[in-house]
Amino acid sequence: MECATFDLTGKRAQARSIKCVVWDLDDTLWQGILLEDRQVTLRPGIAGIVKALDERGILQSIASRNDARQALAQLRAFDLDEYFLFPQIHWNAKSSSVQAIAQALNLGLDSFAFIDDQPFERDEVASACPQVLCLDTAAIDTLLDWPDFTPRFVTEDSRRRRQMYLSNLARDQAEAAFAGPAAGFLATLGMVLTLEPAAEGDLRRAAELTLRTNQLNTTGDTYDYDELNALRRSPGHLLLIAGLDDKYGTYGRIGLALVERGAEVWTLKLLLMSCRVVSRGVGGLVLAHIMRRAKAAGARLRAEFVPNGRNRQMLITYRFAGFQEVGQVGDRTLLEHDLAAIPPDPPYVKLVAPETARDT
Amino acid sequence: MSEAPTKKKIASFLARHLRTAELDGDEDIFAAGLVNSLFAMQIVLFVEKEFSVTVENDDLQLDNFRSVNAIAGFVARKQAALAAS
Repeated sequence: MECATFDLTGKRAQARSIKCVVWDLDDTLWQGILLEDRQVTLRPGIAGIVKALDERGILQSIASRNDARQALAQLRAFDLDEYFLFPQIHWNAKSSSVQAIAQALNLGLDSFAFIDDQPFERDEVASACPQVLCLDTAAIDTLLDWPDFTPRFVTEDSRRRRQMYLSNLARDQAEAAFAGPAAGFLATLGMVLTLEPAAEGDLRRAAELTLRTNQLNTTGDTYDYDELNALRRSPGHLLLIAGLDDKYGTYGRIGLALVERGAEVWTLKLLLMSCRVVSRGVGGLVLAHIMRRAKAAGARLRAEFVPNGRNRQMLITYRFAGFQEVGQVGDRTLLEHDLAAIPPDPPYVKLVAPETARDT
Repeated sequence: MSEAPTKKKIASFLARHLRTAELDGDEDIFAAGLVNSLFAMQIVLFVEKEFSVTVENDDLQLDNFRSVNAIAGFVARKQAALAAS
């Protein structure tokens, strides 16, 4: 088989980052066969493993050949049903179940693991979806120690990931059903953008954002926890973190801005937004907020941009907001805004930002 | 070359994406708060693909993109420059 099968000697080529675990039920998640045995019991320790994966921000689902109604009732009885998104419980091939889950979650198959006690099922999934990591139940007890299941960052946003997927699903359905203009749909969301100085508790997520965000990132400069902590305390800098919420729930911490505050010139060293909010029009709001603050402080506002082949949208954001190119240092383009006319905020987002009196 | 088909294509692209009735030629879609940065990007890509022109960094001025007529004028200038070269 071509798939990355479990090798008991532990010599697997390379750890990958698993984002979704798909569980079989009979003789895997629980002991026994639901439709044959009078009673099934949870595999010892499994509830803790499911909850730990959930806390790490790893999503989970089910691929089981079973009676859907009975199987879901049993999961409810075990108090585990809420942890599984888009459970696939029917009699079709499990490879089709894994593919359906990947599509519903909009994740690549190479970030999937599939756990099943039956070699036949593992082979079937591995043959149709060679990118999927297929594991026997023998792997379960040590799963939490595998690097593949240990994300580099576990943040408040990781713990909310499952809930955020569910809110997002509700949003997408509402958008598909909305008949009016696109801006009209955004107005129904009741979006609130919170923009505040990064606190110590935000720094892990902030560091993660600098590493993971490519497309909506003006410079691609990365900062680790300690660097961000120093910048957060530096009187010469402004480190703002943005959060977005709407009536469906939270999007989490989705943006970061770093401004170097000189007496005469403020320089936007970094502006990034998570792809989660790409269609929400909030990047311009963060920019306009910083423009207003620079203007109030009597400073000029500059911004740096480094093209990476994927972040043209951020250059367009700067240019359409009125920034003009004023210079080039290496691969770094310098832009400046005269702050005469600051673009108005869109009417469908409410901005909540603390007082700015300390800027001057 | 007549600008009418160009304007028609631009207007129907904007109307389709904004899910509005077709816009007046001079209606400022940015001032109306209809455009987020994703859509701004889509407009730029549409112009490049539909009319086979390259939008350079210097071309990324709101005045080139703020209305149907502005985009059509920009496309005509780019195509004329292309034809002259």
